[in-house]
Amino acid sequence: MIRILKFLKPIRKNVALSVFLMLLSQGMALLLPALMSLIVNNGIGNKDMDYIKRMGLLMFIGALLGVVFSVCNSYCTARLSAQYGRILREQVFLKVEGLSQCDIDKIGASSLITRSTNDVKQLQDFILVMVRMVLSAPVLLIGGTVMALIMNARLAMYIFAVLPVIGGLAALVLKLVKPLFKKRQKLTDRLNHLVREKLSGIRVIRAFNKSGYEDARFDEKNAELADIALRIARIFSVLIPASIVLAFIGVCLLILAAAHNIDAMDATVEAAKIANTIGDLQAFIVYMIMIVSALVMAGAMFVIVPRANISAKRILEVLDLEPEITPPETPVAPDPAMRGTVAFNDVSFAYAGAQDAVLKHVTFTALPGQTTAVIGGTGSGKSTLINLIPRLYDVTEGSVEVDGVNVKQLDAETLYSLIGYIPQTASLFSGTVRENVCFGKPDAADEEVWHALELAQAADFVRALPEGLDSHVSQSGTNLSGGQKQRIAIARALVRRAEIYIFDDSFSALDFKTDAALRLAIKDELKDSSVIVVAQRVGTILSADKIVVLDEGGVAGVGTHDELMETCSVYREIAESQLSPEELSERRATV
Amino acid sequence: MSRKNKEAREKRHSKFKAYADVKKTQGDKPKNMTAAAKKMLALLTEKKFKFTMVVVICIVATVLNIIGPVYLGDIIDNITDLIKVKLNGQPLDLSAIGRVLMTILAIYTASSVAAFLQHFTMAGLNRDLIFKMRRLLNQKLSHLPLRYFDSHTKGDILSRVTNDIDNIQNTFQNNLIQVITSVVSVVGVFAIMLYISPVMTLISVIVLPFGLLLALALLRVSRRYFRENWRTMGDLNGHIEEMYTGHKIVKVFGHTKRSIAEFTEINNELCDVGRKAQFYSGVLMPVITFTSNIGYILICIFGGIFVVRGDLTIGAMTVFFVYSKLFMQPIVDMSNIANNLQSSLASAERVFEVLEQESEPEDIAENHLGDSRRKSVELEHVDFSYAAEKTLIRDLNLTVNPGQLVALVGPTGAGKTTIVNLLMRFYDIDAGVIKIDGTDIRTVPRDELRHVFGMVLQDTWLFEGTVRDNIAYGRSDATLEEIVAAAKAAHADHFIQTLPDGYDTVLEEDAANISQGQRQLLTIARAILADPDILILDEATSSVDTRTELLIQNAMKELMADRTSFVIAHRLSTIRKADAILVMDEGSIVETGTHDELIAKGGFYKELYDAQFAGATI
Repeated sequence: MIRILKFLKPIRKNVALSVFLMLLSQGMALLLPALMSLIVNNGIGNKDMDYIKRMGLLMFIGALLGVVFSVCNSYCTARLSAQYGRILREQVFLKVEGLSQCDIDKIGASSLITRSTNDVKQLQDFILVMVRMVLSAPVLLIGGTVMALIMNARLAMYIFAVLPVIGGLAALVLKLVKPLFKKRQKLTDRLNHLVREKLSGIRVIRAFNKSGYEDARFDEKNAELADIALRIARIFSVLIPASIVLAFIGVCLLILAAAHNIDAMDATVEAAKIANTIGDLQAFIVYMIMIVSALVMAGAMFVIVPRANISAKRILEVLDLEPEITPPETPVAPDPAMRGTVAFNDVSFAYAGAQDAVLKHVTFTALPGQTTAVIGGTGSGKSTLINLIPRLYDVTEGSVEVDGVNVKQLDAETLYSLIGYIPQTASLFSGTVRENVCFGKPDAADEEVWHALELAQAADFVRALPEGLDSHVSQSGTNLSGGQKQRIAIARALVRRAEIYIFDDSFSALDFKTDAALRLAIKDELKDSSVIVVAQRVGTILSADKIVVLDEGGVAGVGTHDELMETCSVYREIAESQLSPEELSERRATV
Repeated sequence: MSRKNKEAREKRHSKFKAYADVKKTQGDKPKNMTAAAKKMLALLTEKKFKFTMVVVICIVATVLNIIGPVYLGDIIDNITDLIKVKLNGQPLDLSAIGRVLMTILAIYTASSVAAFLQHFTMAGLNRDLIFKMRRLLNQKLSHLPLRYFDSHTKGDILSRVTNDIDNIQNTFQNNLIQVITSVVSVVGVFAIMLYISPVMTLISVIVLPFGLLLALALLRVSRRYFRENWRTMGDLNGHIEEMYTGHKIVKVFGHTKRSIAEFTEINNELCDVGRKAQFYSGVLMPVITFTSNIGYILICIFGGIFVVRGDLTIGAMTVFFVYSKLFMQPIVDMSNIANNLQSSLASAERVFEVLEQESEPEDIAENHLGDSRRKSVELEHVDFSYAAEKTLIRDLNLTVNPGQLVALVGPTGAGKTTIVNLLMRFYDIDAGVIKIDGTDIRTVPRDELRHVFGMVLQDTWLFEGTVRDNIAYGRSDATLEEIVAAAKAAHADHFIQTLPDGYDTVLEEDAANISQGQRQLLTIARAILADPDILILDEATSSVDTRTELLIQNAMKELMADRTSFVIAHRLSTIRKADAILVMDEGSIVETGTHDELIAKGGFYKELYDAQFAGATI
């Protein structure tokens, strides 16, 4: 919690100013009852109308100053919390943008989103409530005590005797409630999870007739959560009524003491003091009400501090992440002679914390002008292998070389600029079609964009859209079909004219016809680049120049289709499971 | 703000509109406030006695609370008398003081006890209400037709069950009580003030209208800035969400710098509008306090003058002091309460919207499906459409004999799952009849009908729990041996053994700790264990690839061997074996027949078939 407050440092002047203005405005508020007691004691006591009016004017000036100070304070605190939110959000966002995929996987993208938005908002509100309301409680408390002591030390003691009791009570409630809050948060998460599961599995649940079972699970957690909330509410229901009773016990004690005081004093010697008791009492009662209402407001702390604390922890967790991939100290330039080459040299890779390596001693080279296909079973490590090329993960052993240089030695931006990547699931962004295609090349001319769309077999449908290139693409492209999204993702990569193209099973959403037309169109276009294709279907990679067969993380064979049919049993098994004997022999006949 | 800036901002707002809209549905005004309020009250007043109790106790507590200051005034007068007596040199009698003090203490204690009782009872009522609303909502979700889930986003439904209910829990009842307290306080205080001194009352409240007008004006301004704040926040959330979920793409396409630049721009703007919004809403308090202070000062001056003149006792003046504080507080609260109440009613409205949706029609249990292991399926003159204006299936006739295989083919998005929806009665057909073993499926209880089917969907769905429980999902009475046997048949046993706790390994949320292929294997094992009469495979093997697929195929073959099966697949080898093929395009069934018939026909199917092997490959 303290650490997250350190981000207030750049705006500490503003913090100081806010607190100072708050002190001033509360000072004015404390002044009013004191002036009132003067009116009662001197004005009314001496029947001095002029004095009453003079003091009234003074009070008015005080109130006016008070409102001016608090408006200024309001301005400062608004600026303070807005700036604090900006700083925190920026810190988190910059941090995340600098992380690599493996770091993001640790926390999860959706959780990171909540941390950058919601959690920051929580802390921002926390700061606002703190400086506006909570901090004024101790000020009123201390200020009120001091004022009362100055006015009449002997009587003031009674009224403030009850304050520690109220404080103790509040501390006790907090202690009782704190573990319950944690439990409630857990149960809430649990319940949300159940609903989420139910929504995504609705067909399965109904198909298996499990609605009753799911409802029972839900009801059980629902009752638990409701009961915890009830316990919290019941504990809290003691606090305010008890505080009020305590406060009035204080007031009664005070009045009783005042009466006894009057009785004890010598009427002839201390006449003035006796007469002043009335004004003092009135001022004390008003102070007491001010303090109690300040305490009630400070009670907001019980709700916001634990909440802010959770948010602070979640944000710090992000800021404390040690990035797993570090940029090279002295980047090496790509070797022009090796342009477009991707080489895996005895590469092994294991995910952090995993026992078994996903890739084991993988060695192969993809050359420009060639198509290199990677095929293999589930969990054979195909996607992992692809992720190593743009250095989204770092190899555990061996090295990956692009353009003759180890990717660990390449400047990240340079490395990315060499690669055209088409992911398995096209992720598009809100914006226009043009913005999406130009995502990796913001200065691309319209002709380039259209050319890429033509190649990707997307030009026809984009032309048919109401606003062509400027048509709106909604959040993750939901207004486009799967095939359309995938084609735009392909165009997005093609427009960059990269040296190395990586197709991570990127044709799955396309129908047969489009698939074939697309392959034909880009074959010619990419003749100078190296093309790496991850595929599920043997049928789609039959004519690749090189096929790398992965089996349980290791390379089971490298070669052309025909070579592999002869030499690699794993490959043969795959091919035979997917293609009919006629298709295989047809293929042989055409070679 | 220059016009160019403004235009750019509007453009961005429209780009991220979806994100701001999501936010908006979580906190805007209710469409029909009275209707929502009535329904909430109806729910609340179900426990009439308890609710009436709470209201009565609340009124008692408030009344006691505002009577208190009258006795404080009395005691001040008593002390004043004491002082006079003392200054005259006479002995004092403190017993009267003691009596009044006891009364004060009794009043405030009673008021506090009442307040405690009211909070305590309210908490119980609140618990029951929230429990009930959540439960009703969840039960409703179990009975809504699939159509509802297909036409609403998950996030939207989820937010109604969680955020909206939370919002109601936190605000509704307490606000209701606060409304009662505030109204009773204001009216009561005003009445007592009038009773004590009409002139002083007028003096105390004279500045009130000015304060209120000023506050309203401020609220209006701040609302404008809050709206802009809201929208900018939507932009920022949208940007963040996209950049994080597309992180890989952002990096590889070298977009990071531009992403940061856009972020910084929106972030700075948010800081700007946020500051303005918070400032105007923050000024509200000082303005109201100032108004209250002016009233207080006027009481001091005029009260002082009246006391000197002898028109007012000093005790009565004290009562006014206290009241001037008590009078303003409810008014300050009211604007807060109005906002909260509005937002919780909006939440309630969204919850009722779900609750009032029509459930699936009741089961008709006229007939029962026999326990024959091989079942026939007949579709006779079936018409179906999701939306009235576009008929997808018209006059479909199909007879599937026991043990036969039906293949559904067509490009992605051709609507092949529609048939699944109809067979399982996730949706009801518009005309015609679907029969299983000669029985109209609409005359059979849904549970019984669905029990007949085994389904492996493309979207694997597993729940957070052990591997074992997941496989046994359709048959909770299965023994471990049966589970292992099913896993073996699905070729899942091997990978399950390699998991840290084998069959007792707990799958995380979304089964993120196993691969997509492995998830697929588990759902197959689940279907195998359920041992259904009719099998539906929905592109089941599309994400389990190559070698694993070969293994699965063998398992599938066995699973299908003696069973009536519907298979949705791109695989032509499966299709060739099929006894009947339904060719679908754009939601409709365009052709039916066997492979050879369809090839001979030379229609859409032939085109599809030829396309796969046409052209070069890369």
